[in-house]
Amino acid sequence: MQISILRSETNSPQSYTVEDKEMTLLSALTHIKATEDASLTFTAGCRASVCGTCAVRVNGKEELACAYKVQDGDVVEPLQYHPVLRDLKVDKNKAKETLLKSTAWLHSFAEASLTHADEKFSERQTDCILCDSCYSACPVYAVNPDFLGPFALTRAYRYSTDKREGDVKTIIDNVQTNGVWDCTLCGECTLACPKGIDPKMDIMMLRGKSLEAGYEDPSFAQQSFGTPNFGFDPNAGF
Amino acid sequence: MIDVLIIGAGGAGLTAALSAKEAGASVLVVGKAYPTNSQTSMAQGGMNAALGNVGEDSIALHVQDTIKSARGLCDEKMVEQMCTAAPKAIQWLESLGVPFSRSDNEGVGTDTVAQRQMGGASAKRACYAQDYTGLKILHTLYDTCLKEKIDFLDEHYLLNLISQEGTVTGAIFLDIRTGEIKQIDAKSVIVATGGYGSLYHGYTTNAYGATGDGIAAVLRAGGSVSDMEFVQFHPTALKSSSILISESARGEGGYLVNSDGERFIDELKPRDVVARAIFAEFQNDKEVFLDVRHLGEEKLMELLPQELALCKLHENVDPAKDLIPIKPVAHYSMGGIEIEKSFEVQGLKGCFAVGECSNAKVHGANRLGGNSLLEITAFGKVTGKNATAYAQNVELKKHDKKQVNEDRLHIEALYANEHEINFYEKRETLGKLLYEKVGIVRDNQVLSQAMEEVKSMQAEQSKMGLNDKSISNNTNLIDYLEFSSALQLASIIISAALTRDESRGAHFKLGFEEQDDEKFKMHIVSQAHKEHSCK
Repeated sequence: MQISILRSETNSPQSYTVEDKEMTLLSALTHIKATEDASLTFTAGCRASVCGTCAVRVNGKEELACAYKVQDGDVVEPLQYHPVLRDLKVDKNKAKETLLKSTAWLHSFAEASLTHADEKFSERQTDCILCDSCYSACPVYAVNPDFLGPFALTRAYRYSTDKREGDVKTIIDNVQTNGVWDCTLCGECTLACPKGIDPKMDIMMLRGKSLEAGYEDPSFAQQSFGTPNFGFDPNAGF
Repeated sequence: MIDVLIIGAGGAGLTAALSAKEAGASVLVVGKAYPTNSQTSMAQGGMNAALGNVGEDSIALHVQDTIKSARGLCDEKMVEQMCTAAPKAIQWLESLGVPFSRSDNEGVGTDTVAQRQMGGASAKRACYAQDYTGLKILHTLYDTCLKEKIDFLDEHYLLNLISQEGTVTGAIFLDIRTGEIKQIDAKSVIVATGGYGSLYHGYTTNAYGATGDGIAAVLRAGGSVSDMEFVQFHPTALKSSSILISESARGEGGYLVNSDGERFIDELKPRDVVARAIFAEFQNDKEVFLDVRHLGEEKLMELLPQELALCKLHENVDPAKDLIPIKPVAHYSMGGIEIEKSFEVQGLKGCFAVGECSNAKVHGANRLGGNSLLEITAFGKVTGKNATAYAQNVELKKHDKKQVNEDRLHIEALYANEHEINFYEKRETLGKLLYEKVGIVRDNQVLSQAMEEVKSMQAEQSKMGLNDKSISNNTNLIDYLEFSSALQLASIIISAALTRDESRGAHFKLGFEEQDDEKFKMHIVSQAHKEHSCK
């Protein structure tokens, strides 16, 4: 089988021959590095889809290298919207900053009586391995590099629904700027997630919580609905 | 100057960081990847705490089970300390927001945390979050570290500790991105770098990076290691990929069967016993399978969703319909850095060690499932406090540039090494060699052969150069340094295994099949370039 990998030094794809048998992309990459080209650079850890280290793009779609079975003709590239450090290895620091900005943590602990149903309610969201696949798939980054993005918003939502959270309002406050309203609801993040998480739905749920908290969709607010202009802007000066 | 420098950003490192920060220290956590890449994410089954939420349980029983499984090689005081701290550790994780699985019992707080059966436990004691317990604990700890504004330095590889006259005053790192070699001075240092299961490359459930870097660095700085011969083999890894299938699969009622469809062992015995029983089946040319079909798809999806996906992906079997082919592989290092009760590394002042890299003498000859997540959180907390207390009383040492200069020269020399032998081939060789010759069942003659082979690999190391000469983002260099750690530790493991002429827990030796308390109820302690001592 032939696969092609985007090399950063030349900014062009390089073709490699891999054995014609069923194997994961990570096995193929490891084999190439060990036997053929030690300069081929990628990152990996657990081999078991849980450490979030090895996400790349294959034929334009985000995949965990350890969970993707190589096909003849595959085109392998680094994640999008992350500075490429070398070949498939990217800098994830800026993406991780979205967690900090969205304050995706438990703000104020209050003891609660949790049930099996409560566990199930946010089970999927807490399966997140921070592989950055959704960040790479999100088209909003093409226009707004400061967007909080899918994984941070999913995590903010997860804490906002936790019955132990005594300060949901602060979480909601912190996902307004470059946050829930900047999402186009295109669903690319949901398609990209290797753990079956649906950030788009989580963002919609956060929008609902935002409305309940008194926020409104800024694009909606900016629209003119033909109301007469009395020369008074209710938002000015406040 | 930083008060507490923490090397390693898994569960032990993050817990220590939070605890040190709470105690008033300035903290920096340095890791070779990103915190959530850590191997803690791979812990599946659960975390033990005698909450008694599901049935009768007590701290005394937890202590008793742990001591029994340790086969006389644990420090009972340390076991008591850990088991007593367990309910509080769960309470703490609950307060951070860990999404534990829950029982519907109308209780509040940790009373609702679900608990499951694990091997060697006399009660349903393991608190869990489906089969993602480690992942969910690690990520919640990470979220909390962000909340508490803990400083992180990612993608920095530990080269050496800075040790001046037996006192550690910082560490030297290779910035993987830039290739720069950096000195970080600190009043105290915590090593939380994980275990050495990946020495068994290709025959381990562990992540690639579990090469014992921190343990090797402590040895080079003059510290000691102990119980290194005790490597736990997990009974159920997938046959073709060595990927872990959690013990909870058996805890929830899964069977082990051989090619004839016969059960041959009580599946809930401790891991060493089960692994040996499987090995015996292999010796009789039988294959071994995990059978969870009778649990039904719905229950499997509920309790073991991760396992289901991994079996389908890596073994092409559907556990709801098919038998799962398995083999035991290296999973956990009981041995590690020799520490005092304060978690200070023996012989290295100002340097502490916690988690799998350390030997806190709680697992002895065989760790119980569910006790490692407990160890990293319960002891991570104590270590963070102790390192802070030490830092508060430390006299500032003069910045010494000797180590950083040595390390720069060493790395330069590596780039200049001849590339006659491909170390990646040797990494494969070492993994296979350790699995076959320093594995589940050992033999002195075979161990001696293994030692010869490792020694000759060590002698050839100067011919193993780098193929990739890039300064920045050189993962070929990191792979090489990790292999060097592995090679350094391999001979220590074999040497200790040779010395221990008995069978105990995970160490089983032909010709010496009995436990010999008179001669060997002791820890084999090793230092770099020195003969063993026993204590």
